[in-house]
Amino acid sequence: MKDLLWLIPALPFMGAFILVLAGSKLPRAVAAWIGAGSVGVSALVTVLVGIDFLSSSPAIYSYQQLLWAWISVGNFTPNFALHLDALSLVFTFVITFVGFLIHIYSAEFMAEDEGFTRFFAYLNLFVCSMLILVLADNLVLLYLGWEGVGLCSYLLIGFWYKEEKNGYAARKAFIVTRVGDTAMAIGLLMLFQTFNTLNIQAITAQAPLVWISGSEAALTIALLLLGGAVGKSAQLPLQTWLPDAMAGPSPVSALIHAATMVTAGVYLIARTHVIFELAPTALLIVGIIGATTLLLAGFAALTQSDLKRVLAYSTISQIGYMFLALGVGAWSAAIFHFMIHAFFKALLFLAAGAVIMALHHEHDMFKMGGLRKKLPVIYWTFLIGCSSLAALPLITAGFYSKDQILWLTWAGEKGDDWFFFAALAGAFVTSIYTFRMLFITFFGSEQTHVGRPPGKLITIPLIVLAVLSLIGGFIELPHTFGHLTLLSDFLNPVLPSISLRHDAENMEGIMQAVAAAVAMLGVYVAYFFYLKKPELAERIKDYGKGLHQFWFNGWGFDALYDAILVKPFVFLANVNKKDVVDKMYMGIVSTTDEFHRLFAFTQSGILRWYIMGIVIGGILILTLGLMIR
Amino acid sequence: MNSIIISHGLLLAGILFMLGLIGVLIRRNIIFMLLSVEIMLNAAGLAFIVAGSKWAQPDGQVMFIFILTMAAAEVSVGLALILQIHHQFKTLDSDAANKMKG
Repeated sequence: MKDLLWLIPALPFMGAFILVLAGSKLPRAVAAWIGAGSVGVSALVTVLVGIDFLSSSPAIYSYQQLLWAWISVGNFTPNFALHLDALSLVFTFVITFVGFLIHIYSAEFMAEDEGFTRFFAYLNLFVCSMLILVLADNLVLLYLGWEGVGLCSYLLIGFWYKEEKNGYAARKAFIVTRVGDTAMAIGLLMLFQTFNTLNIQAITAQAPLVWISGSEAALTIALLLLGGAVGKSAQLPLQTWLPDAMAGPSPVSALIHAATMVTAGVYLIARTHVIFELAPTALLIVGIIGATTLLLAGFAALTQSDLKRVLAYSTISQIGYMFLALGVGAWSAAIFHFMIHAFFKALLFLAAGAVIMALHHEHDMFKMGGLRKKLPVIYWTFLIGCSSLAALPLITAGFYSKDQILWLTWAGEKGDDWFFFAALAGAFVTSIYTFRMLFITFFGSEQTHVGRPPGKLITIPLIVLAVLSLIGGFIELPHTFGHLTLLSDFLNPVLPSISLRHDAENMEGIMQAVAAAVAMLGVYVAYFFYLKKPELAERIKDYGKGLHQFWFNGWGFDALYDAILVKPFVFLANVNKKDVVDKMYMGIVSTTDEFHRLFAFTQSGILRWYIMGIVIGGILILTLGLMIR
Repeated sequence: MNSIIISHGLLLAGILFMLGLIGVLIRRNIIFMLLSVEIMLNAAGLAFIVAGSKWAQPDGQVMFIFILTMAAAEVSVGLALILQIHHQFKTLDSDAANKMKG
């Protein structure tokens, strides 16, 4: 069964291929079947391959499949080869499965849209690229997938291209991530220079032999790779594109800008963790970036009024948690949180999309309100998603994944008290903004008339994701109750387990109690300010108007980049609009132009002028003839 | 027979040629332009005659007969064209015919 591996990315590719070629000629139902079906079959193949991979005896830790030799230049010979191990299996499963649910959802969500087949073609192409990214056996193939998802992200953010601001958001996302990609490309070239290969397994095997821990080369390359990861995963300082990326349709936000693509940076760092372990400084920077980002994005989310923007900032913040976990070397905790986050964040975006659709494309939370009774299914699933995001203790999956990160930031060997406090403060803010969003949207009085309630194709994916957001966490339970380590054992051959501080064992229960209390307190604060005494929240908002505005604009990063990068660039472009080099070519043009005018002037049509010309010419010839003699 | 000094003959031919040329250049009436062209042709013919008599060769006179024949043909064609122009533009001004089409 394992040799079916190639089908996993090939099926969505075929889907995209058919949809692009047949395009507008296909009826919508057929297009939806091809689009969702190809990903569904791909998910099925993933399950089959996964079962085969897990049950093979003797146990294997990785499986390679060489498809064909891709490029061959000198000793640079990357193959088109797939590599399956525990890490890529987890990612593949999440991508195909969540992707499948979102495809089903899209079939109803986009039903009225004129670009229906185009949408599914892009979405399938995205799934294919993402699968290539996580299954690639060398970094060149990974880069192909990396750029492929970037392209699809661009196409889908600007899907409703007739509105100018959507096109602007798409270009912004593409250009900002390109900054990171450039750094990553340089890193790949340096890796090739050092190792003469870009095969990931070869590099991870050789790196500890070539570099000593803390060497400068390892640090440089790790930082360059981090640049790529930061761009794609919307972390500080390249996070500005993600909130604007919400211009795309809601399923796109769910699939690309929450569940899968934005976690590619997490995947990259986990995949090349050997290099990062050889550069402790880079690892520390990963942790600092994660901690800072999760706080900044959390506070920005507190002030947003657009439902999808709250979720966008919360995505940035949650990926910050994953980076923080990577930074302290808690690899499997990061992957665990990635998986749970994919479930509940896809759920939240899809539910938000359903709300927005039911309210005739109203994005403003303050114009919603009172939807609890009108849209019960969406309310309950959204509530589950929110609980998971806010990490309400014991019942939600988010609690187990986030608690693990919180615990390891403090107890891990590379842990730090500051990291822990940042993560704890982040958890508090998270539960406030999450329940603020829930209370404003679903409680209170009805502001906008509810249109048609969503159909089965929308509610079924929501329910499936809600169930996963609740029970998904039980594959990994902390020491204090149950102590189950299915996922980290599974990932162990790829990602080493973290060693704890020696004095930390007894503290785990207390830490969990603190984390749980903080989450509950956050919910109470949100309840107090947004349900019980909303006028108090208004007063605080008026009191701190400047700060509110500052957070609302995402800490002013857009304005900052506009001032220090965009404006000077536009200025230089304006200065150089009349290019100096162009002067020469313009000179040639104007000279020919002048001669043209001169000669055209002689063609006056007046006979006597012509005769005069003949006479003058004759005299000249005669004179010359006489003189030269 | 008193032979004419060649330089006098050639000078006369040159003056006639210049008069004809100036006529062509400054006249706007197309008939006068044709007349001036005839004067230039005859000036050239005169130069041939003078040269023929200087070297006592018949070639100059043969050349003059040719020029005379050519001038006759040219005048007939030229007059036909002038008639056409007059018919088209209702004028004999050569500047009126300064456009390509029509």
